[in-house]
Amino acid sequence: MIDTFRETFREEALEILAELENSLLQLDEQPEDAEVIDRVFRALHTIKGAGAMAGFDDVADFTHDIESVYDLVRSGQIPATSDLISLTLAARDQIKTMVISSFGGEAAEPVETARIMEAFRALLPRVAAPTLEKAALPPSAGARGPEVTYRIRFRPSRELFHRGINPLGLLRELDRRGHCRIVAQTDVIPPLEELDPELCYTYWDVILTTTEDIEDIRDVFIFVESESELTIDVIDDGGLLDQDGDYKRLGEILVERGDLPAEDLQRILDEKERLGDILLERRLVDGFKIESALIEQEEIKGLRLGRQNLESVASVRVRSEKLDNLVNLIGELVTVQARLTQTAAGSRNAELEAIAEEVERLTWDLRDQVLNIRMLPIGSTFSKFKRLVRDLSSELGKNVSLVTEGAETELDKTVIERLHDPLVHLIRNCVDHGIEKPQERAAKGKASQGKVYLSASHSGATVILEVRDNGAGLNRGAIRARAVKRGLLPPEGEISDRELFKLIFLPGFSTAEKISTVSGRGVGLDVVRRVIEEMRGTVEVSSPDGEGTVFTIKLPLTLAIIDGLLVKIGAESYVFPLSAVEECIELKGEDAARSHGRNLVNLRGEIIPYIRLRDQFSVHGVPPEIEQIVVVQLASQRVGFVVDQVVGEHQTVIKSLGRMYQGVSGLSGATILGNGSVALILDLRQLLQMQEEAEDLFSEGLQQSLRQMTRS
Amino acid sequence: MNKTKKIMAVDDSPSIRQMLSFTLKQAGYEVVEAVDGKDALAKFAAENIQMLITDLNMPNMDGITLIREIRKNSANRFMPIIMLTTESQETKRQEGKAAGASAWIVKPFKPEQLLGVVRMVLA
Repeated sequence: MIDTFRETFREEALEILAELENSLLQLDEQPEDAEVIDRVFRALHTIKGAGAMAGFDDVADFTHDIESVYDLVRSGQIPATSDLISLTLAARDQIKTMVISSFGGEAAEPVETARIMEAFRALLPRVAAPTLEKAALPPSAGARGPEVTYRIRFRPSRELFHRGINPLGLLRELDRRGHCRIVAQTDVIPPLEELDPELCYTYWDVILTTTEDIEDIRDVFIFVESESELTIDVIDDGGLLDQDGDYKRLGEILVERGDLPAEDLQRILDEKERLGDILLERRLVDGFKIESALIEQEEIKGLRLGRQNLESVASVRVRSEKLDNLVNLIGELVTVQARLTQTAAGSRNAELEAIAEEVERLTWDLRDQVLNIRMLPIGSTFSKFKRLVRDLSSELGKNVSLVTEGAETELDKTVIERLHDPLVHLIRNCVDHGIEKPQERAAKGKASQGKVYLSASHSGATVILEVRDNGAGLNRGAIRARAVKRGLLPPEGEISDRELFKLIFLPGFSTAEKISTVSGRGVGLDVVRRVIEEMRGTVEVSSPDGEGTVFTIKLPLTLAIIDGLLVKIGAESYVFPLSAVEECIELKGEDAARSHGRNLVNLRGEIIPYIRLRDQFSVHGVPPEIEQIVVVQLASQRVGFVVDQVVGEHQTVIKSLGRMYQGVSGLSGATILGNGSVALILDLRQLLQMQEEAEDLFSEGLQQSLRQMTRS
Repeated sequence: MNKTKKIMAVDDSPSIRQMLSFTLKQAGYEVVEAVDGKDALAKFAAENIQMLITDLNMPNMDGITLIREIRKNSANRFMPIIMLTTESQETKRQEGKAAGASAWIVKPFKPEQLLGVVRMVLA
């Protein structure tokens, strides 16, 4: 259809241009003939308007300033000189070329076009561009913003009808823009004998909820706003501010609208009757105004309650035990899936293997989703510690503040609960032992206020928590002296910072110069370590020179399923928590013999004691010629556990041992392997403790070995 | 509903009349065309017109004079009239409103803009 418009315009334009040429030539002979000037102006006006409508933007743009010049000519502000007429004739030729070029003709010369436009522009006075009044537009199909509710009062001019405007058309247009409630206010309609039926006495109150902005709403009234009173107020902004489901009282709405003086409202409220009834009874407010205010109240309350319901649907409270049951079922599913995978692999059935692979993928996805349900931001724990630091500072006569970071980091709910005490201990340690007293800090040129930093972050399948202070740092000399005194270190022994600092986690190890009631007799840190390790985490401490002390805790994301290292001893299977395992090495017969009967092995220069699990679990039979030593990190030392065979990593679903086995030491649980058999999960710390009790001289042996190593 | 409404489109430009006529007919209105104010007045008496859309600059009789003549007849005092203007014709628009125009549309306009204004004014 647009092509037809263009065709029509071309024909029209060519006719107009021919007539324009004649008019210009005539104007050249009669420069002051108003009728001829009008004809010239109209030709230019039509070409511009019709050209724009038909899509000839270049023609419309070119003609715009020329038309403006001739508007001034016809109002007598510019004379129609011979030069102007020559210029206009050149412009006419240019327009013709533009029109013809759109249908395959030669393009208009740009330089000539620019020259002509510039010449016409020079004739125009330099006035500021008038503010454009745009015609009202239908709602745009752009992105929908949030819904906003407006209160609109439209009081039109009484002579509205004389311009042929029906206000119902405007109100109907509002109704198309969104959800609309309209009340007609008729309080100023005069008695019948005074009524002029050609005047508009009514005005309207509108409550409109829409996604359009206030300018679009105002545009509905663009043809009448200069003679009307129009107020548009935002009364609900779509929940951008915190709001409850409530809204203003009736009286407040009426006062805000100017329908009721505030003093009248106050006087009436003292009488404690229903406000609306009193207002009506005393004719203080018109009935329709009360109705409109009540509609406003009803609409906004409804909107806000609706939003609350929407928000409440966004989260559902679930009892923890339901989640625990779900996690348990996931564990069972993991076990069955492992059996399916193993069966499929043995069946040499390609289709079955493909199905098993699919089930495995779905199982892990489901596991991740379910475990994620139990995750909570650790920030809920962080907030309590600020108070702790404040109270501790007060008690110790220090000036310390707590800075937290990573509060949004998510951990398993159980992990968060069990972390509380260890974190309390570490923070106490920082405030008590780490941060100096204000005068000491001042003497060192430090700020008088010390800081404790508490941060959390994710790293792979691990959560990293850091408790750090900007205090004095660990006292290497004091720790070493303490270690020597307790026989943990030979007097001349060399030891790395890392190994040295680990000693502070041993039971009873404390270097505090005096015992304080806050941190007790150095019992905190070994408890911290034990709790962390029970959660299969690790805790380390470092003290960079001049930078205070840093405790770093690493934890698995969940406690229900662990990465395990599956091993065999005889016909039995056991699982080591993989987080504790450092490496596996071979143990040859002659190596064992060369240790003079002691269970010791030389690992790249380091003497490592090891425990034979065959002996501990009384496994009979002949061990293989080459056994494996699983080297683990326990407390502050490395220990080896000798097994027959290392099978490999294994996703281990932890099951509790039955009630009958609660008293068994050395095991922390069990799991079911893919073939349906049971594997026992080792409690490495208990195993070490059992061995130490079995060999009274274990520690002595360690000390002797350390001394021998020193001498060599 | 719209089929009972008859609109007169007055413009000396054939292509603009064509655009107006096509758009309004597509929306279900009946359309009567006139080439200028004089032609419009002559045709107006013979037709039952419910709305007028008129350009302002036309030979023989311009749009503002046409509006005044239409409004003189008491039968047409409340009929909606839309004038077609350009953005540089603010004073003309004010004259048109004073003469009794109900609304205006600025050229160039898109069909949906035309229909939007017609819908608001022709209740």
